[in-house]
Amino acid sequence: MSAAFLTRAAGHRALLAALFLLVLPFLLPFRATAVNVLIDGLFAVGFNLVYGYVGLLSFGHAALFGGGAYATGLALLRLGLPWYGALVLGLVAGAAIAGIIGVLAIRTRGIYFAMVTLALAECVYYLAYQASGVTGGENGLRGIVLTKIDLFGLTLDFVDPLTRYFVIAAIVALALAALSRLLASPFGAVMEMVRENEARARASGVDVRAVKMLAFVLSGAFSGLAGGLQALHLAIVPIETLDYSTSGMVVMMCLLGGRGTFFGPFIGALVFLLLQNLVALISSHWQLPVGLVFMACVLFFPRGLWGQVTRWRPA
Amino acid sequence: MNEDPAILRTEKVGKSFGRFQALAGISCEFHRGRLTAIIGPNGAGKSTYFNLLSGALAPSAGRIWFEGRDITGLAQHRFATLGIAKSFQITSIFPELTVHENVRAVVQAREIRLNFWRSRNAYPQFAASAEALLERVGLSGRAGVIAGRLAHGEQRALEIALALASRPRLLLLDEPTAGMSPEETQAMMTLIAGLVPAHTVILVEHKMKLVMGIAERVLVLHNGEVLAIGTPDDIRANDEVRRVYLGQRAH
Repeated sequence: MSAAFLTRAAGHRALLAALFLLVLPFLLPFRATAVNVLIDGLFAVGFNLVYGYVGLLSFGHAALFGGGAYATGLALLRLGLPWYGALVLGLVAGAAIAGIIGVLAIRTRGIYFAMVTLALAECVYYLAYQASGVTGGENGLRGIVLTKIDLFGLTLDFVDPLTRYFVIAAIVALALAALSRLLASPFGAVMEMVRENEARARASGVDVRAVKMLAFVLSGAFSGLAGGLQALHLAIVPIETLDYSTSGMVVMMCLLGGRGTFFGPFIGALVFLLLQNLVALISSHWQLPVGLVFMACVLFFPRGLWGQVTRWRPA
Repeated sequence: MNEDPAILRTEKVGKSFGRFQALAGISCEFHRGRLTAIIGPNGAGKSTYFNLLSGALAPSAGRIWFEGRDITGLAQHRFATLGIAKSFQITSIFPELTVHENVRAVVQAREIRLNFWRSRNAYPQFAASAEALLERVGLSGRAGVIAGRLAHGEQRALEIALALASRPRLLLLDEPTAGMSPEETQAMMTLIAGLVPAHTVILVEHKMKLVMGIAERVLVLHNGEVLAIGTPDDIRANDEVRRVYLGQRAH
């Protein structure tokens, strides 16, 4: 396979992805779902950076996503930062929390890594729960108001659902493009080495622990950005954002779509939210059918839905 | 430092696992540009010594010097960046990447790791080095194959290419012919013999006969201690070696 062919395919991939984001709100039965697909999609793709590309199963990503959401919300509400400043703060908060959790968790492996990240994320949850003076405690962070978006002298109406969708879509598209470049970079190659064979990576001079740490922090940045976007979108940060079920959800989305594939987690988020919304129309017990579909996917498509589609690599 | 004929020197290095002493203090010098073989019966401590030399294990006692520098207790990836590479006894490659990607990843990781923005394909020099290495180990025709699908002998050759890819001055090979057919073994031994004197090679081998033809020096371990050291002829003539090693295999 020539490099030129790969570049061309990658070019088309970006174009197709952009086109998909443009038509997405008109394809879905509910426009609100489209924005959630963007946000959770970005979250899942960011999560996949550690799970799919370095092989670390984190059960603590709620703390990174929720941390970003709270940071963005607080920046708007208390610090009076402009919306883009608030988003940057969300991104930085996600990375910083990932740094703290990472330092403590990265030395453990496998299921232990999952347990330590889960425990530390629960600590973040209780911190937010207790510090109700700052975070609003169990009521969540309320009163985030963002009606207008100013950019390059342009003022956009953030209340209009479609405008809001396209603003968020543009930011998500930029983040995905950055992530795609990251994965194609020399550092992306080093992450692949760690995922494929830690012992060989180490014997090749790669500081495996540092690579995992860096990947975790980068994943935290993307998760924090996704959380920040959710704060802007919902105008509230519910305490449930930090709940362990958020960590579980992103694992499910990632597995559903296909870990280790670029768009898989995004497709996983789309399928998950679509199922959730459709089933919720009929019954409030949406978890049962969604869980059954998830189990069926894991059993019959172990590479995930998107992973199954993209098994095209020639021998 | 380049005046020093020894590239690697161990000073009374020992390793214990709990109460079990796998390796008593071993002092040895390995000369630059030579091929030294470490042999010994099962349980002699070969693998333990190899793991100490490659940094996979830290010694419980003693010191290790590489090019005049004390490297005792450094992390394993530091051994690699200093110029010590190893091949694994059990094939250790990147199974889902192509053969070419395997080698290129290691070549590239030596030079550049923390670039997050450029394309990894933007460095033709690394692809070229990878191709040259594949040529050398006889895998150029298989460059596009997913490494996990190679035949066993080919994977062993890739293993050598990966060890060479980090451009080591000292190459440690752990039973490189394990599980190979006689023809593959012969090809591998020719390949290894051709690595000196450009590289210093230390070869751990269970089968004594294999190394006698290509090694310049042979270190015989027995029960975690040095039994003998010398040229292959010295070793063949050594009565004690005959007794503990050759004798038991009825040669």
